[in-house]
This record gives sequence, structure tokens and C-alpha cells, in this order.
Amino acid sequence: MGVDQTAFTAAMLDPGMKVPAGLTDPEGRNAGKRFNVYRNNVVLSLTEALITAFPSVCRRVGEGHFRALAGQFLRRHPPKSPLIMFYGDEMPDFLAGIDSLSSVGYLPDLARIDLARRQSYHAADARATDPGALQALTTEALMEARIGIAPATRVVSSPWPILSLWRQVMEGAEEAGTVPEARAEDVLIARPEHDPVLIGLPPGGAVFVTGLQAGQSFAGALDAATGAAAGFDLAATLGALLSGGAITKIIGKDEG
Amino acid sequence: MLDAAQHPFDRLPDCPGVGYKPQHFTAIMENAGPVEWLEIHAENYMGDGGRPIAQLRALAERFAFSVHGVGLSIGGEGPLDQDHLKRLAHLVGWLNPARFSEHLAWSTHDSHFFNDLLPLPYTEETLNRVARHIDQVQEAVGRQMLLENPSNYLAFAETTMAETDFLAGIARRTGCGLLLDVNNVFVSATNQQTDPYSYIDAFPLHLVGEIHLGGHDEDADDTGQPLLIDSHGAEVVDPVWALYDYTISKAGARPTLIEWDTDVPEWPVLAEEARRAARILEKAAA
Repeated sequence: MGVDQTAFTAAMLDPGMKVPAGLTDPEGRNAGKRFNVYRNNVVLSLTEALITAFPSVCRRVGEGHFRALAGQFLRRHPPKSPLIMFYGDEMPDFLAGIDSLSSVGYLPDLARIDLARRQSYHAADARATDPGALQALTTEALMEARIGIAPATRVVSSPWPILSLWRQVMEGAEEAGTVPEARAEDVLIARPEHDPVLIGLPPGGAVFVTGLQAGQSFAGALDAATGAAAGFDLAATLGALLSGGAITKIIGKDEG
Repeated sequence: MLDAAQHPFDRLPDCPGVGYKPQHFTAIMENAGPVEWLEIHAENYMGDGGRPIAQLRALAERFAFSVHGVGLSIGGEGPLDQDHLKRLAHLVGWLNPARFSEHLAWSTHDSHFFNDLLPLPYTEETLNRVARHIDQVQEAVGRQMLLENPSNYLAFAETTMAETDFLAGIARRTGCGLLLDVNNVFVSATNQQTDPYSYIDAFPLHLVGEIHLGGHDEDADDTGQPLLIDSHGAEVVDPVWALYDYTISKAGARPTLIEWDTDVPEWPVLAEEARRAARILEKAAA
């Protein structure tokens, strides 16, 4: 009797299901525990991948709890691609839907930072422009220019002090018992060379950077950022982009 | 380390290689000892850039490479993932490895990827399907591939042919070569209560372009019979070394990989495993 791959995978993902007839031991008896090797391998290998992928979430909830969450996640969202290094796009929304985690409301945003760091790590290389190139432009030329942003650049916006929280979880950066000041934080993830860095952005900074990424002119992105946050701190935002090596080119009005 | 002037990188030398792990980068660049070539899992180098690709470029200037795919799902009932095939062709195109290999297994079904090597029955129907897929792979990457024998934990009642006949039949149909994993032979034979030496005797050794050695875990099935699990997380055990020695004495020296993918040890432990393989290979060459 044949065991097709639909029957095999259904039984593999559900330990409560019987091992399909037609899978046997050397004596021709039902494979029983032998089939569990595949059940275990799939769960274990994907769980390990998620532990690697979401270090801050794993630390925040504890590894034992995270393994249990991973077991639920991988059954609900099996990978859609063999590129396991990018597995877990659905994790932030998945965590947001877990009632028992609602007291840790910022957990999905920790997951977003973990995802962004991983995407940044594997993104294409790009040479950063000389910081002097920006200063060399007249204000008029700068306003009309478009700014090339490195492929490894990501932005995470959060209603939580997410950068402070992420550092607290990953680096133990806080004194015991210190709670970060309650405020929204935007984070720039950039990759000066091979290791992604996290840099805090001032209010409106995320709007500015995503505007540039979308191909808006400097003036257009600046308008949008000022609209989003009166008193938008342009200098601090440019400083963050330059220190992260995130600006790769300046495209004048008449170029490209 | 190979000297490019002496050994072109377009073939694997009949020497030990290891599965490359990023934590060994510095050790390998300083002194690779008995290790003369490296293997990577293709899927780990399908990002667009960053450290993985930079390390690979640096290593490829000094070592011959083997690219080992773990995600093509050649034994799958569904069609091959064309996007994945393109990514593979891109990697093989720029790296230009000495070898490319994949598994007699499936890992994707109904557009879900399970990150494990899952088994298939050996029948005329599955032979046709696997051969068709290998034709597509060899066409896409523009070179011969090696197909690896799996670790078996269970049997399919519907199977009608021996694994060695199945592999030989596929090689005959497609022109692919074979990757002989000696640890898998030992694991499968133990689990199926058959003789691993008879498997080697029945294997078409002239088609073997690469050999794998690795560690396994020990468990037991429901009736208390030994159940070995291919884990790549430990040293190669003595009975597998003996089976490897037998294989090399029959086949002659072949490029031999030490695979260690979980609980990866410090470099000297891996180098010592490679040294042990080197001694057996040197005996065959003498």
C-alpha cells in the first residue's frame, strides 16, 4: 500500500495521528517509534532555527517557554522556502496573537528587530559614501537630490522604548530593576561592514529614512518627517545614517 | 592547504575535506592541517552579501569547494522549486565549485519546506520522478551532480527494488554520479538489520565522486531493536571507520568529507577526524 507525501507530512506534523500503514520496521510491522525520528527532526531543527533567528524574544521569555512557542509557530507557519536563514516573517504577528503574552506588549517589536538584524546581515554589500559629499552640496542641490540607502538598512518603529528594551534583554544594559522611560522609539538597523548595528532615531526619523528608501527627494522626505514630528532633528538623523554607513550615493536632480 | 599552482580547484583531491563552519574561519585560514577542501550547504550561502559571502570568497581563493544542497527536494512528488533552482545555479555559477551534490530525499511538499531529509519508496514510478528531477537540476546548474544515499529509519511496504539498484538505475538514466555516505550505510543497515558490507559490495563504486563520514546517535525502536539516528553531532564511530577502510580498499582513494553540523567542536577535534581519514586514504595510495 502506498504512503503519499500528503499522508506522510500530515502524520509528521501531528504527533497525535497514527503512523501511516505502509511504513514498516524490518519485520513488516508498523514503523511506530521509527517514524518519530522524522517528527523529532522537523520540530527540533526548526525550533533551533527559530532560537537562532529570534535571540531577544527567546531571552525575554526564557528558552523553555520559547521552545513551546516555536512548536506552535512551526505547525501554524511551516517554512515556505528552503532559505531557513529567513524563516519566521510571521513571528511578530504570531506573538501579538498569543493571549498569555499580552502583558509583554512589546514582544512583537523585539521580534521585528531580530528579523531586521537578520535581513541586514544577509543583505547585499554596498560601499558607504564619504560623509563630506553631503556637506559639499549647496542646500538647493541637496534638497533636490535623492539619497541612495544601503540594502542592509532597515527601520523599526515602535510605540515602546524598543531599543532600550532590546539592549536590556540582549546586553543586560540596565541596572537591576530599571525600567526604560515610557516613550515611542524608532530604530535604525544598519551594517557598516559585516555586523548590523542598532541606532536610535529621533521622532520623525523613521519617516525620513523610509521616505529616502522609497525614492523620495531629500526635500520630500524632510517634509514628511517634519509633518510627522514637529521639530524633527535632521542633523541627528543624518548622523545616524552616516555612522551606520547607510548612505551609498547622492543622486543629483539631473542624474539617474 | 592546497597550492593552486599544484592542484587546480576544478576537482576535489582524493584527500580529506570538512563541512565548513564560520567559527572555524580563522583556524582554517591560518593552518588547515590535513584538510584540503571544504564543503558548504548551498542554502546557507544564498543571501545577497555580508560576512557569509565574504568568507566564502576568501576561502575559495585557497581551497577547492564542494556545494552540497539540502533543500531541492529531488524526491518530492511536486515539481522542483524553480526559484530555488535559479538560486542554486547562481551560487554554482559564481563560486564554480569542484562538485555539486544533493540527496535522495524530499523536504518540500505542498509549498511547505520541512528542513529534514524525508524518505521515499523505491519503485519504477519514484525512479522516473527522481530521474526527471535530476535531469532538470543538471540542466539548470550546467554540470553533473552527485546523488547521496540516505539514512533510513523505516521501510516502505510498496518498495520493489534495492536502494543500490535504485541509485545505479538513476545514475544510468541521468548520467549523475553518486555521493556515498558511509555513515548512512551503517545507520541504514543497522536499522534495517542488513549487512553494511553487502551494501558496499552491491554499490556501483566506480560512480562515487565523493564520500561522507559523520557521527550518529543511538536509540531503540518499540521492540528494543537498535535505532541509529544520523545526527552529524559526534565523532565517527569505529565500526564506520572500518566500513570506510573496506570501501576505500575496494574503490581506491576518493575525496572524503567529515560532516559535523550540530554541537560543532573546536577546530583541532575536526582536524583529528580528517587526519584519521587521511591515514586510510594514504594507505590506499601506497
